[in-house]
Amino acid sequence: MIAWLLFWPVLIPILTAALCLIFWTRPDVQRTLSLLGTAVLAAGILALFREVWTGGIVSVQAGDWPAPFGITFVADTLSVTMAALTALIGLGVAVYALGDIGHVRESNGFHPLFQALLAGVGGAFMTGDIFNMYVWFEVMVIASFGLITLGGEREQIDGGVKYVLLNLIATTLLLMAIGLLYGATGTLNLADLAQVVPGHPDQGLLTAIAALFLLAFAMKAAVFPLYFWLPASYHTPAAAISAVFAALLTKVGVYALIRVFSLVFTPTHEFTYAVLLVAGIATMLVGVLGAIAQDDVRRVLSFNLVSGIGFILIGVGLGTALGLAGALYYTVHHIIVMSALFMVAGVAQRLAGAPGLNDLGGLYLKHPWIALLFFFVAMSLAGVPPLSGFWPKVILVKAALATDAYIVAAAALVTGLLTLYSMAKVWALAFWKAQPDHVVAAAGPGILETGEMSRGEQRLTLLPVAVLALATLLIGLYAQPLLTLSERAADELINHQPYISTVLGGEGA
Amino acid sequence: MMSSAVISGFVLGALAPWLTRAVGARVHWLLAVLPAALFAYFAQFLPVIAAGESVRVASEWVPGLDVALSFYLDGLSLIFALLITGIGTFIVLYTGGYLHGHQQLGRFFLYLLSFMGSMLGLVLADNVITLFVFWELTSITSFLLIGFNHTAPRSRRAALQALVVTGGGGLALLAGLLIMASVAGTSELSEILSNPEVLTSSALYVPMTILVLLGAFSKSAQFPLHFWLPNAMEAPTPVSAYLHSSTMVKAGVYLLARMSPGLGGTELWFYALVIFGAATMLVGGFLAMRQSDLKLVLAYTTVAALGTLTMLIGLGGEYAFKAMALFLITHAFYKGGLFMVAGSIDHGTGTRDALSLGGLARPMPATFAVAVLLGLSMAGIVPFVGFIAKEVMYEATLHIGATALILVTAAAVLGNAFNVVAAGIVGLRPFLSAHKPTPHHPHEAPPSMLIGPIVLAALGVICGVGFPLTSEFVAAPVMASLNGLPVAEQAAGLYLWHGIKPPLILSIVTLALGALGFAFWPQMRAGIAAILKAIGWGPDRGYDQAVSGLERLAYAATRVQQTGYLRHYLMATFVVVAAFMLATLFAVGGLPTQFRVPTVYLTEVIALALLIGGAVVATIVYSRVAAVAAIGVVGYAVALLFLVFSAPDLAFTQFMVETLTVVILVLVLMRVPLEVSAFRARAGRLRDAAIAIAVGASISLVLLTTVQGPLDLRLSEYFIENSVPLAHGHNIVNVILVDFRALDTLGEIFVVTIAGLSCFGLVRLALSRRKAARAQLQPAHRTAAAESPGGDA
Repeated sequence: MIAWLLFWPVLIPILTAALCLIFWTRPDVQRTLSLLGTAVLAAGILALFREVWTGGIVSVQAGDWPAPFGITFVADTLSVTMAALTALIGLGVAVYALGDIGHVRESNGFHPLFQALLAGVGGAFMTGDIFNMYVWFEVMVIASFGLITLGGEREQIDGGVKYVLLNLIATTLLLMAIGLLYGATGTLNLADLAQVVPGHPDQGLLTAIAALFLLAFAMKAAVFPLYFWLPASYHTPAAAISAVFAALLTKVGVYALIRVFSLVFTPTHEFTYAVLLVAGIATMLVGVLGAIAQDDVRRVLSFNLVSGIGFILIGVGLGTALGLAGALYYTVHHIIVMSALFMVAGVAQRLAGAPGLNDLGGLYLKHPWIALLFFFVAMSLAGVPPLSGFWPKVILVKAALATDAYIVAAAALVTGLLTLYSMAKVWALAFWKAQPDHVVAAAGPGILETGEMSRGEQRLTLLPVAVLALATLLIGLYAQPLLTLSERAADELINHQPYISTVLGGEGA
Repeated sequence: MMSSAVISGFVLGALAPWLTRAVGARVHWLLAVLPAALFAYFAQFLPVIAAGESVRVASEWVPGLDVALSFYLDGLSLIFALLITGIGTFIVLYTGGYLHGHQQLGRFFLYLLSFMGSMLGLVLADNVITLFVFWELTSITSFLLIGFNHTAPRSRRAALQALVVTGGGGLALLAGLLIMASVAGTSELSEILSNPEVLTSSALYVPMTILVLLGAFSKSAQFPLHFWLPNAMEAPTPVSAYLHSSTMVKAGVYLLARMSPGLGGTELWFYALVIFGAATMLVGGFLAMRQSDLKLVLAYTTVAALGTLTMLIGLGGEYAFKAMALFLITHAFYKGGLFMVAGSIDHGTGTRDALSLGGLARPMPATFAVAVLLGLSMAGIVPFVGFIAKEVMYEATLHIGATALILVTAAAVLGNAFNVVAAGIVGLRPFLSAHKPTPHHPHEAPPSMLIGPIVLAALGVICGVGFPLTSEFVAAPVMASLNGLPVAEQAAGLYLWHGIKPPLILSIVTLALGALGFAFWPQMRAGIAAILKAIGWGPDRGYDQAVSGLERLAYAATRVQQTGYLRHYLMATFVVVAAFMLATLFAVGGLPTQFRVPTVYLTEVIALALLIGGAVVATIVYSRVAAVAAIGVVGYAVALLFLVFSAPDLAFTQFMVETLTVVILVLVLMRVPLEVSAFRARAGRLRDAAIAIAVGASISLVLLTTVQGPLDLRLSEYFIENSVPLAHGHNIVNVILVDFRALDTLGEIFVVTIAGLSCFGLVRLALSRRKAARAQLQPAHRTAAAESPGGDA
């Protein structure tokens, strides 16, 4: 039974997508299937999470071909946590989509594409095989391209083309890196690689291959200076779609980076850490500066998203257990908060009939509940206590100070201040300010394709936001459980012998 | 119990909007019960604390980070808790009158009560992280309070400014506290401060102290970070009365006082606090003289008072600490009261400009009476506690070393004289001078708005006349917190009459100077205005310049990177790839060490020639169709190589894919305009060629290194061995695809399906859009959606 659950993150969404295709002409059935599928997905992964939490790492060999010859799926604390978050965010977005996505997108394949995306993300988290990971990356790229362009607006296609081309370059780099790594080691299984790579005679070669992996994953994770695709595209699709992108896509890149560089390329740590720290600091600062410069709220958020990736990188780059735990804590927080922000921004933009800070306004008085939700998640992003964003900031600054990395600590704190500024600016302009008269006059259906929101639609879209906002508050107030989880995941990554022996059986011990 | 006391403010705050809706206009009487009850709760600790004990309660919060929900009650935190809850009670009542009928009254109470809870948590917290949590919460809740009149741009600016300044200081504080906790090996202040040498002897003492001071100075509006405080006067008056008398801005003073036994006693501490404190005191007082808006006069004297307190903490020693304790409470009393008076005047007349007010004694007799009492307290007249505070302050300044003595004493006299003038401007002038017409017909404030000032004014007298009690319950316990010695050892004696000694003479000088200043205030005001105009720049302008500089930098940095052109993104990406790979190869390792010329066969040479030729042609031809054909040739050459290396199935697949790709691409290209749009200049072509060659070379180098080692054939051998016996298939490639690595194949099939689906949706929507556009006989909104300059569409 447990073995089956490991394939759950891939199988359930693929099945749901297939069923949606069967009911192609019935969007209403697809809607039910989508909800049901994500709910079943979430239930199964939560069961798996419990297994892993109590019993430790679990692995399964596809087709029962022994590792390293077949394909392995592995559930350790990190992968099952990420898969669980994927399912929960998936469920939230599926609910949000009911009130947001609209008939046109629904009857042109939103549901199957959405499920395909979840399958790709889930597969990338669960797999223990580097080539198989590439396959799920491809599933993700194609599904997300379909989702970005769904609707066929001019700017969507513009964003979609930039997105897909740059991401294909990333996956091509990854494929080349995988090929070279296979050429050097003759294996694709991550656990097997973890055994072969440290003893390989040509460490220089492996460093060069590691550099190629680093580039590919950094590009997927939207790390400066390889992040262009993200702000170019995330503001163009429907809000539900950008919410799921914001929550998950870059995190897959981050996850892959953490996984591969903690398991396989351990001899190149020094070099990698130095690169990650520099790239992390640059990404944090460049990202938040971009956020300050933007007008469209979702572009503000896109740049903040990039900035957050930098925050995760420095945690990894510090090279200590505390830093890694902070990075993982932040990742969980960032997934929750970013999806909530994109969701609530989508509602705000639709209700006000305008996308930009200059034209938005008046939401504080007209929609106090939306204001409340936005305020909570925005302040959480800015790291205001006692919300979930505060603790990783404390952990990372603490970790940086402990390693005498004062510049890193300073950069993290400055980024925190600038993030606070950018969020407070959005609050002041979109919520506090009265909406400019010319926009009020021009508002109404037409500026955004989906038009005005009914009360029912508002409820459906705000329900997942409320749950996520509550989550960020509760995680903040009861920080210890997630801290324990992050520390355990970090420990499994650093002391990865159990991972290897679980996958390879006795011979790995 | 103590944590419930802290949390209760947030709980009642969350309920306040509903209560306000349910109860209506008199809700403030109900809400004020909580702060009053909290005051009573804390008041019962007075004897315990005065007896020299302290109370500490702790429960677990985040043990993994050494964060506990621990609260500590000693003299300092108790006095602060009493001020916060006591004045808070009157503020809640006052709000009910001041914002009577305001449609957002419920939200106001939400923010106000949450703010009160945050302040309580801040002053009671024993754990440094817990302290910081509440510290940040005061910044956030005061942001919401200052921006309460949210449609006014000035309010929004003031709120954002306060948030940025105090938030920035807060982050410095966080770093400082984390360093402090790691140096001390514990996060509990009561433990850290009980062993002060650990901090002062640490190598990190200086950075730690500077970071903590940054936090405290920004919060307590020390020059030159004082500018946010007067701007925060955009808030409704109850907010000003609360934030600037006993709470928000005093948080920094609280922190300095709290840290005094641990970080104090060094030259850095002394000079930083005395210099910045004295400068703030003088600048605040000086700028107060320039104002005529009653609230702004009070705001600048608040800045001055914060400077005074900082200076006293820095001076250290028995007298300075005693003066600090007294000045702390006396300032809270008169400043809270006078702000409420200013609000009542504003409420009653429609203006609070001192120049257009006069003769209010008759229509507002009760307000006048308390204003006079509060003014006398502010001016430091016998028998108010303000008088004793001033006397002790002079005693303190006269007790320091030679040169500093004169400077600091003179500064203190001048600062206090400014206070006397300000007391006259706010407490006397609007009531006494000739009657002037005001927007509203002046009327007396309602009871809810009078009760606070009356009680506070009375307290000023009571604490002065009852000085033995003040000494026992206020001065001694606070001094104990400041110097870390037991309460019983404090020399906290107070006297209303010291005898004719230097402090009294200085007091008289102060009053004389103040009276003179008050008499010539209009002239002084004009003079200061002229000076400020001549200077023309201040920190407030500096803030604007910094913010607009930041925005410009952000805009410029983003425009350079996010141009909106895919070709720029591609170029940057490839440059990064090539640079990083080459740097790694040359700096770290991975270059090939040997190069064997392999024995090549003619077929291989032909395939290679085709491959290279196709690639070169594709880059130099102008026609797109020709380029597509050339790329097709590359594909065919690769297929040939597959054939040569005996992989016929791969080769056939490749042939099919290439053929289909070329056919489809050519079909598509036939339908779109064929002229090549990307004419590049020669320099551009050379640059692109260089980038392409660099990328290709870096990957090729890694490849060469890879092939110089032996290939591990474990996987292939396993597949060959087990293909027939275990997987029952004779075509190994097929068995790999559908069995050994079936999951990959499943994924790839899925990819193809999704790709088809994506294209289908795109085409269908494009078609229906075109149909709709044709039906409307109007060009669709093409032009509107065109790519915007300086960014992606």
